[in-house]
Amino acid sequence: MATFFGEVLSVYSRAVEEDDDELDENEEDEQIRRELEEKREVHLHWSPEVSESLKSGNKLQCSDFILAVGQNASSFLSVHILSTPNWDTIGRASAWNERSRAVTGQSCEESACVFYRHKDNPTVLICQVSCYVAEDQLFQWTEKVFDCLQLRELNVTVLSDTSVADYKTADYLGGSSAPFLRSLHTSAFGDQPVCQSLEQPNIVTGLAAAVLNHCQVHRIAAVVYQCYSDVIGPDSVTMETYKPVLTKLGRSIQLDPSPSTDALRKFVRTTDLQSNLYI
Amino acid sequence: MFISSQSSAPSFRDFTLVMPAVAVGNVGQLAVDLIVSTLNMSRVGHIHTDCLIPMAGNNPYASSKEDGEELHTPAEVYAAAELKLAVLQIRAPILQSKTKKFRQLLVSWIKSSGFSRTVVLSSSHAYQRDDQQLQGTPLRYLVTPSLLKGSADALKELGWREMERVPAFPGLTDGNTEPRLCIPGGGITKGLYTDSCKEDLPLAVLLLFCSEGDNIPDAFALANHLNDWLHLLDDNSKQPNKWKIPTSWSLLFGNGIPPALF
Repeated sequence: MATFFGEVLSVYSRAVEEDDDELDENEEDEQIRRELEEKREVHLHWSPEVSESLKSGNKLQCSDFILAVGQNASSFLSVHILSTPNWDTIGRASAWNERSRAVTGQSCEESACVFYRHKDNPTVLICQVSCYVAEDQLFQWTEKVFDCLQLRELNVTVLSDTSVADYKTADYLGGSSAPFLRSLHTSAFGDQPVCQSLEQPNIVTGLAAAVLNHCQVHRIAAVVYQCYSDVIGPDSVTMETYKPVLTKLGRSIQLDPSPSTDALRKFVRTTDLQSNLYI
Repeated sequence: MFISSQSSAPSFRDFTLVMPAVAVGNVGQLAVDLIVSTLNMSRVGHIHTDCLIPMAGNNPYASSKEDGEELHTPAEVYAAAELKLAVLQIRAPILQSKTKKFRQLLVSWIKSSGFSRTVVLSSSHAYQRDDQQLQGTPLRYLVTPSLLKGSADALKELGWREMERVPAFPGLTDGNTEPRLCIPGGGITKGLYTDSCKEDLPLAVLLLFCSEGDNIPDAFALANHLNDWLHLLDDNSKQPNKWKIPTSWSLLFGNGIPPALF
């Protein structure tokens, strides 16, 4: 579906079409389909040291895996955790899809999905995902990443941004309640979440859901903190909503609980040129 | 593939499997929700596959706060051993490029589990009915030859209408327009049915013609229709509302209305 401003959105219709794949596909169609599938594959690029280790059959030792999905979640981790020294970049993931924009001079994926490891405590891994991972890539991304991790005694924490427009509640939410946090956890998660559990009939989708599914099925302790915000882009108030999670993360890693305003300003764009719909 | 959520793999030998097709109005899925909720079935495993769009949520059948915080995934299997019934619930759309793979996955799982019969609950676009189909009941059935052998009498007694074959190009009086099976809006229903015929699986399809909208009455109709055959509820009191609506069926049409609107 094309909107009036030229962006292409993939919309989903509840009305389902009967599949017509009984029609014979000629070789050319099949080849195109295969090439497209290959192009959409998720690729993990690790640092040489990590690649060597994985190749020789040793998975990454990991006790805590912290995943940030979305700009505010990623910026929150950047400001409170990654700003302290001692973090190594150990890899990145690339997933080309219809929303990947080729930025001249720098491939979009370079800054979009990065893995960090703590120097002093190498069993703590952080991953920031600020690009769009398409529906057909979510499962693959999750499988490939978790395939590299040693799963015993692994604790997964996911911070995920989403719009408050997706939050269903019987009482009308006045503008003052957003942003707020809700949690979902797997059966293996034994700790207490820092906020209320996600009420019916709300669900979690996207990368957070893919990770939860994987962890539930493989009995890994995982918790997702979903932040519902009424602001689309990076915003300091939304970022600060994740603060309660620091009490849990602070147990295994050093963090900066009160970053300076300058640090926050670096991650928040006050004017976003793309969305000057209302100047 | 099927992954058990309990300490040992459950046995489904000789069980009846009821599953939905993701189809127009999500009627099959709603009907399955009613079955799981009313019979208080317990989850025994997940179908973990890359063919479905990932989603996660708390227990949609929670009756109290204690069981409310249990994570549920897009495709799960529930069982009621006393009824020899297993139910597969699919909560997410099937990825367009993976429909064939998903059908194959289902067929091989059904085969390896040893279900005595499978019933697919589905629906089809009401607006694509022809003149004949517009009259009478909107419910239809289909049955594979393998299942017909054992259930022909039961189906005859119920007086159900079999899904009609329609000409491929209506209106064209060409010699080779052989009437064929067409289930518009049915998702993988037709594919699953033809695959099951090929694999000689005992499978039945129960579908109803409907449109998108408030499909709760359609779900009740389909669930009651299924109950007429399988007698899942032994409730002879003729209560009109014997199905229990799950707690996840709230706010289907949006949030509460802002008071400032008026």
